[in-house]
Amino acid sequence: MMALPAKIEGVIIMMMEKHKMAKIRKTLVAYMFMAPALLILAAFLFYPIIYSLPLAFFDYSIIGETTYVGWKNFSKAINDDLFWIAVKNSVLFVLVVPPIQILSMLLAMLVNRKIRGINFFRALYYIPVVTSMIAVSIIWGWIFDPDGVINTFLLENHIIKQPIYFLADKRLALFSLMFITLWQGLGYYMMIYLSGLQSVPLDLEESAMIDGANKFWTIVKIKVPLLKPFIWFSTLVSVLSAVSVFDVVFVLTEGGPDNGTLVTSYYSYAKAFVDFNFGYSAAIGLLVSIVTTVLSALVFAYGKKGGMGYYYD
Amino acid sequence: MAKKEEWVITMTKNQITAGSMNTDYLPERKRLRRKKKIRKFSYTLLTYIALILIALVCAGPFFWIFITSFKSSQNIYDMSIFIKNPTLDNYIGVFNYMSLPRYILNTVIITVGGIVLDVLLAALCAYPLACMDFYGKKFIFGALISTMILPNAAGLVVNYLTIKNLGLLDKYFGVILPSAVTVFSIILMRQAYLNIPNDLVDAAKIDGASELKTWYKIMVPQIKPAVSTIVIFDFIGRWNTFLWPIIVLQNPQKYPLAAALKYLGGQFNYKFGYIAAGTVISIIPVIIIFLAFQKYFVNTVAGAIKA
Repeated sequence: MMALPAKIEGVIIMMMEKHKMAKIRKTLVAYMFMAPALLILAAFLFYPIIYSLPLAFFDYSIIGETTYVGWKNFSKAINDDLFWIAVKNSVLFVLVVPPIQILSMLLAMLVNRKIRGINFFRALYYIPVVTSMIAVSIIWGWIFDPDGVINTFLLENHIIKQPIYFLADKRLALFSLMFITLWQGLGYYMMIYLSGLQSVPLDLEESAMIDGANKFWTIVKIKVPLLKPFIWFSTLVSVLSAVSVFDVVFVLTEGGPDNGTLVTSYYSYAKAFVDFNFGYSAAIGLLVSIVTTVLSALVFAYGKKGGMGYYYD
Repeated sequence: MAKKEEWVITMTKNQITAGSMNTDYLPERKRLRRKKKIRKFSYTLLTYIALILIALVCAGPFFWIFITSFKSSQNIYDMSIFIKNPTLDNYIGVFNYMSLPRYILNTVIITVGGIVLDVLLAALCAYPLACMDFYGKKFIFGALISTMILPNAAGLVVNYLTIKNLGLLDKYFGVILPSAVTVFSIILMRQAYLNIPNDLVDAAKIDGASELKTWYKIMVPQIKPAVSTIVIFDFIGRWNTFLWPIIVLQNPQKYPLAAALKYLGGQFNYKFGYIAAGTVISIIPVIIIFLAFQKYFVNTVAGAIKA
C-alpha cells in the first residue's frame, strides 16, 4: 500500500524531469532560431537605447580622448541660447497638429462613402505619404522658390508686388515647413480615421439622422465621440513627430535661415555629425526624449482611463 | 464652390415648388421620391467636386514635376501644364551626366539586401516566439515590445560609432546591417504564425520532423501573406531612406537615389530639368508598388492601430 504512491510519485518526478529536459532542449533550439535577429537587435537597438545615457556624461569626440565630464553637457545645454531656440521652434512646430488632425478627420468622413472611384481618390491622397521626403522637399522647394510656381502666379496676377521668400525669410520658413508636413501627413491620418469610422457602429448615426439632426451636429455629437480612441492615438503620434521633426528641416533649410528652423532633433544631429561633439549631442537627445516620453506616457495613461477601449471591451 | 452649392440649392427649391404646384396630379410619394433623388444627386456632385479639388492639392505637385521633367530647360519655371515641345533631353541628360544607373544600382543593393535579411531573420526569430515554449520567452517578447516605447535618444550616434568600430564605414553592408531586422516585422510574423492551425504543426511532429524542417516545410508556406506585407513596407521604407546612408557612406558615388538627389540638388541646382527627371525616376517605383498593393497597406495600418 505504501509502495504504490511512492511509485506513482517516482513516475511523476521522472515525467517532470523528462518534461524539463525537453523544455531545456527546446529552449536551445528556440535560441538558435532567434540568435541572428537577437544579435543584430542587441547591437543596434538595445545597446543604443542603454548607451545613450552614459554617452551624455562623456566628452566623446572622434579625435581627442574620451573623458568623463559629469553633468557638464547638461549644464552646457541649459546655458546654450541655440538649444533654447531649438526647443522654442520644436514646441512651435506642434501648432501643426490641430489643423492636421481636423483636416484629416474631415477628409476621412468625406472619403468614407461608397461611391464610384472612391478608392482611386483615397490612393491619390495617400501618395505623399509613401514618397520620400527628399522628393517631396525638392518639389516643394521649387514651388516655394522666389521664382517658383506660387510667386509667379501671385506676381503675374498683381496680388503681391514683391516675391514671398517662403523658405528664406526667417519668420516664414518654419511655417512653410509646417505646411509641407501638413500636406504630407494628411493621407496618413486620413487612413487612421477612416479605419476608425469603418469600425464604428453606424446605427447611431442613422438614428440621429432620422431624428432630424443636421449633418454638422451628427458629426460633432455622434462621430467625434465615437472616434475618441483614434483621435487620442493619432494626436499622440502627430505631437511626437512634430516635436521630433527632422527630415524636412534636414533636406530644405538645415536649421536656417538664421536659425529660424533650428529644431532640437536637427540641433542634436548637427552637434554630432557636423561638430563631432557626440557627448553633447547625446545630452540634447536625452533631454528631449525625457520630455517626449513623459508626455506620451501622460497622454497614454489619460487616454486609457478616459478613452481607449471603451467600446472595444 | 460656394456658388455651386447655392446654385444647386436654388435648383432644388425650384424643383420642389414645381412639384408642389402639381400636388393635385402627382401622388405625394412620387413627389417625395423625386425630391430625394435630386438632393442625393446634388450631394454626390458636391462630393466629387470636393474630392477633385483635394486631389489637385495632394497629387498636383507630383503631376507638375512629371510634366516639368519633359520640358526643355528654357521654360522650366513655367506653370502651364501643357508642354509645347515635349522632350526626353532631361532623362538622357540625367543618365549621361549624373551617373544615374549607378545610383539606381546602389538603391537596389541596399533595398533588396535589407528586405531579404529582414524577411529571413524576422521569420526565423518569430517562429519560437509564436510556436515554442522555452525559458525566457516572456522576457524576450517584453524586451521587443519595450523598444517601441523606450526613447532612442542617441541612436544615430551610437550606431555610427558601432559601424565605425566594426570597420563597416563606407560599405553597403554598414548601411544595411543596423536595420537588417526590425521589431515591426518580427511582431507581424509572430501574428502570422499564431494564426496557423495547430493540427498542421502536430502532424509534422508526429511524423518526427526536426524543428528546422517543420519550420521550413510547414510554417513558411503558411506565412506568405505576412511576407508580402513586410516586403511592401520594407521596399517603400528602404527605397526612400537617405539619412543613414549619408552618415555611413563617405563616397557620394555610393549613395542611393534619394540621398544622391539631395547631393546633386546642391551641385546641379541650375539643371532644374535634370533634378526633375531624377526625382520622377525615384518616385515611380514606390508609387507603382503602393498602387498595386494598396489593400495590404490599408489593412496593416488599420490592424496596427487596433493592436
